[in-house]
Amino acid sequence: MAAFVLDSLEPLIAELRSRGFAVVGPVARGGVIRMEEISSAADLPRGARDEQTPGRYRLSTHDGDLMFDYAASPDSAKRFTQPPRQTLIRMRRGDIEEVEDEAPRLALLGIRPCDLAALAVQDRVFLGGRHPDPAYRRRREALFLVTVNCAVPGGTCFCVSMGTGPKATKGFDLALTELADPHRFVVEAGSEKGVDVLGALSQAAACDDDLAAAEEVSRIAAEHMGRQVDTEGIQQWLPQAHDSPRWSDVASRCLSCTNCTMVCPTCFCTTMEDSTSLSDGTAERVERWDSCFTLDFSELNGSPVRGSGEGRYRQWLTHKFATWYDQFGMSGCVGCGRCITWCPVGIDVTEELANLR
Amino acid sequence: MTPAPYRIRSRRPDRADTVTLTLEPVDGACPSFVPGQFTMLYAPGVGEIPISISGWFRPGGYVQTIRAVGAVSRALCHKRRGDVIGLRGPYGTGWDLSAAAGLDVVVAAGGLGLAPLRPVVRELTAHPSLYGRASVIVGARTPATVIYPQDLARWHDGHGIDVQVTVDHPDQAWTGPVGLVTHLLDRIVFEPRRTFAFVCGPDAMIKATAVELVRRGVDPRRTAVLLERNMKCGIGRCGHCQLGPLFVCLDGPVVTYDVAAPLLAVREL
Ligand SMILES: Cc1cc2nc3c(=O)[nH]c(=O)nc-3n(C[C@H](O)[C@H](O)[C@H](O)COP(=O)(O)OP(=O)(O)OC[C@H]3O[C@@H](n4cnc5c(N)ncnc54)[C@H](O)[C@@H]3O)c2cc1C
Ligand code: SF4
Ligand code: SF4
Ligand code: FES
Repeated sequence: MAAFVLDSLEPLIAELRSRGFAVVGPVARGGVIRMEEISSAADLPRGARDEQTPGRYRLSTHDGDLMFDYAASPDSAKRFTQPPRQTLIRMRRGDIEEVEDEAPRLALLGIRPCDLAALAVQDRVFLGGRHPDPAYRRRREALFLVTVNCAVPGGTCFCVSMGTGPKATKGFDLALTELADPHRFVVEAGSEKGVDVLGALSQAAACDDDLAAAEEVSRIAAEHMGRQVDTEGIQQWLPQAHDSPRWSDVASRCLSCTNCTMVCPTCFCTTMEDSTSLSDGTAERVERWDSCFTLDFSELNGSPVRGSGEGRYRQWLTHKFATWYDQFGMSGCVGCGRCITWCPVGIDVTEELANLR
Repeated sequence: MTPAPYRIRSRRPDRADTVTLTLEPVDGACPSFVPGQFTMLYAPGVGEIPISISGWFRPGGYVQTIRAVGAVSRALCHKRRGDVIGLRGPYGTGWDLSAAAGLDVVVAAGGLGLAPLRPVVRELTAHPSLYGRASVIVGARTPATVIYPQDLARWHDGHGIDVQVTVDHPDQAWTGPVGLVTHLLDRIVFEPRRTFAFVCGPDAMIKATAVELVRRGVDPRRTAVLLERNMKCGIGRCGHCQLGPLFVCLDGPVVTYDVAAPLLAVREL
């Protein structure tokens, strides 16, 4: 695929906005990188770097022009493809109305290769089965994806183990690799839409030096994974480890806080909230994110099936790394490391897996 | 995930806390179902729960029996004739009646587990020549919680099906057996190696019954069980019904015991 060089992202952002996309990109806010709507490249977090370890995330600012010199932020694409809350139906008297929110045209700028892999997982979950979700499809098709290949993996990243990064190979409209001295981006298109947008910008073809520098960024990143997982045979051995004493060990540390499932880019579980308007009696159903760490998740005949922390931690880890294959023919984990960073007590899935094996 | 409006055509209180509703679509046709399948019934403003289909009435509607145990089931039980509720489905796998052709049939129900088995027995009574000996065994907490008492009497008296009921806690009038439903297996006649069993009830009842059937020589692949799990969507979306690799709403609720046994054997799976 032909590669080009952009000196600035300003024309790209302007082009996407002129095509009716709201551009959502990383911004530094409240000590973390969040994905929010931006209007110019000036909104991007120039000089930001993160430090991620189990249970810890710190953002700092440094000199220099680099805008993507950090790893996965707590926001994946999930928030945009599967909103944390969505109204499904309203019912008044005998009439049931399906609520069809318009899918916003979003250009996600700066999502990571692991997040693209997570989108592929979501596509399988929401579109690949017997009951495809039309609302998901609408939102998904309205996305324009500009990924940025990772230069500095976080201390909790293990995308190399999961085969999802640090360089994106598919699933994007445009892929950027950020280069320093001079500051520039090597850009490749991965779709017709991407070719079209790129064609509207004035860009120069990437020279051999640019390409070599971009390759070097990805090569070095791959050598600096914070963590690793041995996935060999995991679909078989992990479910068979259901009686391991290790589960009660991890359960003694786990708070069942649900953080890991909330930041996970592929956890899809939901529950429903029902209400009736006092003014006109309209009943409404809202679907919202749920987690297998809650007690009422498995409630049956007056008590939860998974009443112990052990049972709940085992469900999360086993589903993510093993039974997901049975259900969807792929791993539920993309190696982004968010569950490790955002666990308040620093439980590390890679360490738990190594000990369970 | 959008229910269709269904009107309550009739409402029959079955027991103190159990109501049988017949439901017909407000407009359009009622989708056909396979016995064992369930629908998601929506009580407006309260919630939506899985309820098995217990029968079909002409020209097109479902018979469903609901026990009031919590907010949604209570709201549904309190609905009146003519009220409109929401319904999605039918969903899930059904009982494979064709696999039982030519074999003795044992239908085993714990409590409300008889609800999804009722259409199975209806089939046995409609086409008795297709099957061998047919028995229905039912376990309930008390005599007052046995559902479909008229059906049970009719199947026994009118159709030559061996119907046996046992209770945990008898009242003064009870003259039948007391104890676990598995004990009734001693009282019925079936040739284990030529038997198909349909089992539904709480997990513990399913396990005890299936273990006993298999011990007597019934093939686990000929022992169909209907599993119950927490369900919020019925279509493989909400994740609540997972049992190891299975989504009980999609891969079940009816599975054969060779599939269920290793999963039910793991604590808190
Ligand atoms: C495939 C399937 C078929 C079913 N068929 C029938 C049927 O034909 N008739 C029928 O009456 N019920 C049936 N159930 C059970 C029914 O779905 C539950 O009783 C119902 O979900 C309880 O919801 P609720 O809001 O009324 O109670 P909640 O407010 O959710 O809970 C109230 C009480 O009921 C308990 N409870 C919660 N979920 C269940 C459950 N799944 N089963 C039993 N108790 C539960 C709670 O633990 C609590 O103690 C079926 C369940 C499944 C999965
Ligand atoms: S790990 Fe838990 S919350 Fe995440 S998808 Fe699996 S069951 Fe759902
Ligand atoms: S984030 Fe950590 S403490 Fe919270 S539920 Fe997950 S593993 Fe347990
Ligand atoms: S009931 Fe929601 S996934 Fe099965």
